[in-house]
Amino acid sequence: MKFDTIIIGGGLSGLVCGLELQAHGKNCAIITAGQNAMHFSSGTFNLLSFHEDGSDISDPIEAIASLGPEHPYTKIGKEKVGAYADGIQDKFQSWGIRLHGNPRKNGYLITHLGNIRPAWMAFEDTALMKEKNQKLAEKALVINFDGYLDFNTSFIANTLEKQGTQTRIASIRLEELERLRKSPTEMRSVNIARVMEDENVWRKLIQEIENILKEEDLVILPAVFGFKDTRVLQTIQKEIPARTIFIGTMPPSVPGIRTQMILKNQFAQAGGTIISGDTVREVKIEKGMIRSLKTENLDNFELEADHYVLATGTFFSKGLAATPHEIIEPLMHLDTDYLEGRENWYDRDFFKSHAYLSFGVKTDNQFHPSQNGQTIPNLYAIGSILSGFNPIDSGCGAGVAIFTALSVADQINNN
Amino acid sequence: MQEITQSTNNFEQCMKCTICTAYCPVVPVNPLFPGPKQGGPDGERLRLKNKFFFDENLKYCMNCKRCETACPSGVKIADIIHSARMNYSHVKPKLRDRILANTDFMGKVARPFAPIVNSVMATAPVKAIMDGVLGIPKERTFPKYQSHGFISWFRKNKEAHQSTFAHQISFFHGCSTEFQHPEVGRAFVEVMNALGYGVQLLDEKCCAVAMISNGLFDQAKRNAAHNIEIFEKAAKPIVTVSTTCTFTMRDEYPHILKVDNSSVRESIYIVEKLICELIDSGQVKLVFNPNYKATSCYHIPCHMEKLGWNIFTQKLLSLIPGLEMQTLDSNCCGIAGTYGFKKENYKNSQAIGKPLFDQIEKAHPDFVACECETCKWQIEMSTGYPVINPIVILADALDLEATFKANN
Repeated sequence: MKFDTIIIGGGLSGLVCGLELQAHGKNCAIITAGQNAMHFSSGTFNLLSFHEDGSDISDPIEAIASLGPEHPYTKIGKEKVGAYADGIQDKFQSWGIRLHGNPRKNGYLITHLGNIRPAWMAFEDTALMKEKNQKLAEKALVINFDGYLDFNTSFIANTLEKQGTQTRIASIRLEELERLRKSPTEMRSVNIARVMEDENVWRKLIQEIENILKEEDLVILPAVFGFKDTRVLQTIQKEIPARTIFIGTMPPSVPGIRTQMILKNQFAQAGGTIISGDTVREVKIEKGMIRSLKTENLDNFELEADHYVLATGTFFSKGLAATPHEIIEPLMHLDTDYLEGRENWYDRDFFKSHAYLSFGVKTDNQFHPSQNGQTIPNLYAIGSILSGFNPIDSGCGAGVAIFTALSVADQINNN
Repeated sequence: MQEITQSTNNFEQCMKCTICTAYCPVVPVNPLFPGPKQGGPDGERLRLKNKFFFDENLKYCMNCKRCETACPSGVKIADIIHSARMNYSHVKPKLRDRILANTDFMGKVARPFAPIVNSVMATAPVKAIMDGVLGIPKERTFPKYQSHGFISWFRKNKEAHQSTFAHQISFFHGCSTEFQHPEVGRAFVEVMNALGYGVQLLDEKCCAVAMISNGLFDQAKRNAAHNIEIFEKAAKPIVTVSTTCTFTMRDEYPHILKVDNSSVRESIYIVEKLICELIDSGQVKLVFNPNYKATSCYHIPCHMEKLGWNIFTQKLLSLIPGLEMQTLDSNCCGIAGTYGFKKENYKNSQAIGKPLFDQIEKAHPDFVACECETCKWQIEMSTGYPVINPIVILADALDLEATFKANN
């Protein structure tokens, strides 16, 4: 079976690449084994959040100039990243996802632990502040559900108090959620979100909130609404008689799962083929080019394409693997970048910088990987599998996923 | 190393991310079901300590496998749940469950009286009795039994000249082709013959999927062992027309029933996969009827998605010049074999399928394409749109004579 492009990996990067190719009339397949990092999303995309010394970045595009030559942004080029950034809201809107934020300026996100971190673009139900110490309201009411432990109301309240907002915490007990509490491990964001799909339940919640609301001008809720349909978010915001914002929860991420489901359905509706729950087990390379793939589920059936894109992620998703002394790319044994000596891979202090996060597949400036030093011209690598950036230290994981995907899609489309 | 230290159902790979639960169709509609994480790997940890922790509510799992397709760590969640039912459940299957599980036996009993059975089953008093006494919901429409099955048609009209074809394949027709939908088997034989392939029948027994879901595990193991034994001696490949038979024989035999199928597993095909392979390798050519025109939606059955084989049906249907086809969003129809035929599941079953029914009604196609007979019954009952097996669509769209000439 022949496609124009086969993408291995159905996370953010693979989906963006696939959607961009389908939009240009290409016929693509995405092979995906299990769900991806979008399910652990903070509800924002970060482009570049932190300088090397750990201080916040406010102009992320400008800050690209200070990155080293191995960083994927440097390979794409600052100008081009800036152009992609400027068009990002329109592009995602065309796929059915509303993003808010300033493409050239970082805003600030309040996390579920009450921390304030720079963030670039936010999903519809994730609050983004313009300034780090912005006072959100005179009085705020932070609401949680009885028995839900993944939303830390007192941390969030502390943060608001520091900004001068008088904050009250309230807990609501809904009969429909009580069954989840039978097992403490089931009182999780997605389970609550699925109960909240029922209009009767969220209407009841709005009623409860109205009952306990005093003179607060701001209501804060955990982001567990609109699992499939975002219209409920606006209704809730409209009907609660105070400004209402949502703050993300501990994983799994309801905004992230929703976004990835929309992107996946969009790709299928655009004519893309999704081969889900499957793993590539064999890659046939002839004369330095990939000829075909075989997967676990398709037995000996071969999938062929003109171009192949590797978007398999890092260690958790098995795009990379660590042996005692090496970091390998297990599918094709592509050349990788990593430090010699296992003791150099990590810091004993968990909260310090870990070098292994920047290890990955080595590529040229067009994102072609190599095997034994030999570049493979019809293969590209995108997203977190790439080497040369530390997504935690510099806060650029989503940006690298999206922009390398767009950059490779452009190259394939112009081919 | 990991292979050695891992248990066969790999529950210890679970890192409790809860992603499986996000994709479970039962969780939002049935408060009694503990969910895939809790019922699967979480519960397994406890059950290994003490079987007292087994929860009979695991019977609400539909075995749709969506949890497994979603799991980032490759945990075989539904296998864990159904193995636990097999090993720990004390509840004996009810008469109703035995009736629903024995699809082939019931077909044989009902067939001589098919016209009577079909009309009696559709009457209000009988529906009321089935509802009250057996626990089969009165709202449910039963698939109609056919007086003349596929096998007798085949023996009478086709069997004699099958050996004249250069290539031979074995056909596992499945219970529904024999008892309810012989037209699917007829289409299969017509198409394969036109492609130059002779069809041989097997001394098959029901694939046993309904026995597994209804807790008749010993009977299921006997059927599985019988089928594997006859497959070993039969002409290869073994080709089916139903998703669930295929999936059960390839994956549930070894994973749940612990019946070794390694000698024949890769020879078990659904017909769409076989035809795609033959086209790809240039061994067959399809000639289509230029007058064929239709609009269709393709519903991917859960087990087809788990097999990852929907791409073959999508490819094959996309080759039909006169067919306009839209693939529906991935959503379980709610029937899950015999699950929706039980009174306690009826309401949930309809709620699970609702988004799918709405999408079909909005698309307003001539028909829905789907390889699974129970999805067919559910969608036809719930939407009124006809559901046609893709091999029947292909047989209609092909110029069979011209295809025969091109391949024989």
